[in-house]
Amino acid sequence: MITIENLSKIYGSQQVLNIESLNIPTGQSFGLVGNNGAGKTTLFSLLLDLIQPSTGHIINNDVQVNTSEDWKPFTSSFIDETFLIGYLTPEEYFYFIGDLRGQNKADVDALLAQYQDFFHGEILGQKKYLRDLSKGNQKKAGIVASFIGNPKVVILDEPFANLDPTTQIRLKQIIKELAAKEDVTVLVSSHDLIHVTEVCERIVVLNKGEVVKDIETSAETLKELEVFFGAESALPVTE
Amino acid sequence: MGFMGVYLLLSLAGAGAGMYFLLKEIFPDQSPMWSISQYFIYWILIELLLRYFMQKLPVMDIKPFLTTPVKKSTIAHYILGRSAASIYNVLTLFFIVPFAIVLLFNGYPAVNVLLWIVGVMAIVMCINYVNLLVNKNDKVLIGIGSILVLGYVLDYFGVFSVKEFFAPVFHALYAYPITVLIPIALAALIYYVNFKYLRDKIYLDAKLQSKSVEANTSDLAWTKRFGEMGSFLQLDLKMIWRNKRTKSQVYISLLMVFYGLVFYTQDMYSSMMPMKAFVGIFMTGIFLSNFGQFIPAWDSSYYSMMMSQNIPMRKYLESKVSLITVSVVFMFLLTLPYVYFGWDALAINFGCALYNLGVNIPIILYFGSFNKKRIELDQSPFGNMQGASATQFLVMLPVMVVPIIIFSIFYYIFNLEVAVGVLSVLGIIGFAMKNYLIDLITEQYKKKKYGMIAGFKEKAS
Repeated sequence: MITIENLSKIYGSQQVLNIESLNIPTGQSFGLVGNNGAGKTTLFSLLLDLIQPSTGHIINNDVQVNTSEDWKPFTSSFIDETFLIGYLTPEEYFYFIGDLRGQNKADVDALLAQYQDFFHGEILGQKKYLRDLSKGNQKKAGIVASFIGNPKVVILDEPFANLDPTTQIRLKQIIKELAAKEDVTVLVSSHDLIHVTEVCERIVVLNKGEVVKDIETSAETLKELEVFFGAESALPVTE
Repeated sequence: MGFMGVYLLLSLAGAGAGMYFLLKEIFPDQSPMWSISQYFIYWILIELLLRYFMQKLPVMDIKPFLTTPVKKSTIAHYILGRSAASIYNVLTLFFIVPFAIVLLFNGYPAVNVLLWIVGVMAIVMCINYVNLLVNKNDKVLIGIGSILVLGYVLDYFGVFSVKEFFAPVFHALYAYPITVLIPIALAALIYYVNFKYLRDKIYLDAKLQSKSVEANTSDLAWTKRFGEMGSFLQLDLKMIWRNKRTKSQVYISLLMVFYGLVFYTQDMYSSMMPMKAFVGIFMTGIFLSNFGQFIPAWDSSYYSMMMSQNIPMRKYLESKVSLITVSVVFMFLLTLPYVYFGWDALAINFGCALYNLGVNIPIILYFGSFNKKRIELDQSPFGNMQGASATQFLVMLPVMVVPIIIFSIFYYIFNLEVAVGVLSVLGIIGFAMKNYLIDLITEQYKKKKYGMIAGFKEKAS
């Protein structure tokens, strides 16, 4: 589904991302972990053509992302709150996204009905604009909006951050269900190793812009990741 | 901001220096000091009104201070002290100091004049702190507005001379220097009231928090008729209506319809046809330039979403074009009554509207692609220069000046009919080439996309 080749991003003299090759097959649930500054958001921004690659390219379902716009109809994402339109109510926002993705009101309503639990009564019918919702509730709205219109590729940056425990558990369930669909590829980044190992079939660790681990998730994965990141912190300072 | 700010300060200083001679000219038989004292009360009321709209309350982020070992009274003093240094207080200084210097050169006693400045600044401080107390209360606003109108009406019809009543009061500030203590004492008192009030309110959930408004949902179903563009049109309308800054642009545009009255009613301009062309371009194109020049910065806070969503760039731009087109047509309809001043007024406005539609819309959209400055939609509506840069002033040249030059050339060589005809034909040609032009602009926006996304992410300081 997604093929990355020779991809790099350089700001001035600093290389923030350098991936020689990475292939994400259709239907995979793909987890991206790494410390701050590892290049997770850079990679996602490149996937969405929000920044220009310094070298290389990404091919999303036979469409080269930085030269054609044809990946947009089947790709959806929620990166951060700049993906929300503050002066709309959540409903209006969902319908707007629905409009963009060829879904009428009834389609959107049907989809939203599935997420009543996830919303926990705090999103719909609140008579509030998105800008006045709490960070967590904004996130819920943004995540669900990215499910509108049967996308084939869903990209979520740090979806678990800012959510309360109950919502985190529900979100895990939702992502698992989504990933279970054979034709949907889900890309999730997270700082929470437990969550990400639970929902993703494959985990890639980025460090200083490079892929340092590429693991198929198994019972030992969490341990392995903990050892990896633990070693990072325990590294003695030697000069 | 820098450019406009310096310009504003310079013009204020110029006005201050010129005020002495102006007052002398208008009221030759009384001292300019007395004249200015007569209007002092109006100035205070008007300044209160303006500040209500323009001055931001110092709702500073007190959160980080609450948990530090800083006394609440210190925080309160800090908030109040900061507002004393507000730019609006400095503005007055820029006006009265040049005025005072001219007074000194004309032999007014130095002590009186200097203490008068102190007195005026004390009054400015009173206004500043009264404004804080008013705290954006609509009722007070209506009160001040009514007093202002009432006073003016009484004056105008000679029922009771508000001017003559208050003139000696404010003139005393100059005539009897010791009275300077009164405004100072008053300012201190109002400061103290503010301080008492603030000190007890420094909690996160108390007054200092900005309030949120209840959302009113509307589905604007009629926009569906515009097909695919409908949803963008709907989004733009909601944006305009639900954000202070865009809403005020609409009000300003509507008010500008009266701009024509200034020119049509004065004999001086009745023979100056190029001036009428300017008015025509201006009135029918005011929304075009006010709103259009900041496209796509209006969408800056969610631009990365717009760019990664399933939105073809062309559709996005087309919807902006239709919105502005509607505004030009609407503004033209509003100027129809000017036919009262002669058919040529109508003809000129019509030609100008066509020119705006066909030529200026593509131009302004093209220059929009150079926008890289973020606009916070919900910030103070009036006098907000956010998102503005030198480009905006450059854009105004081709938009406003070029049609007037074209009009003038053809008017002076041939006649009015030819001049209007040329503007109209240019507009129609532009309109006919619309699809081609939008294609070009779309390419330009695609090229500039990454720069815009990066620029819009940077929050202005």
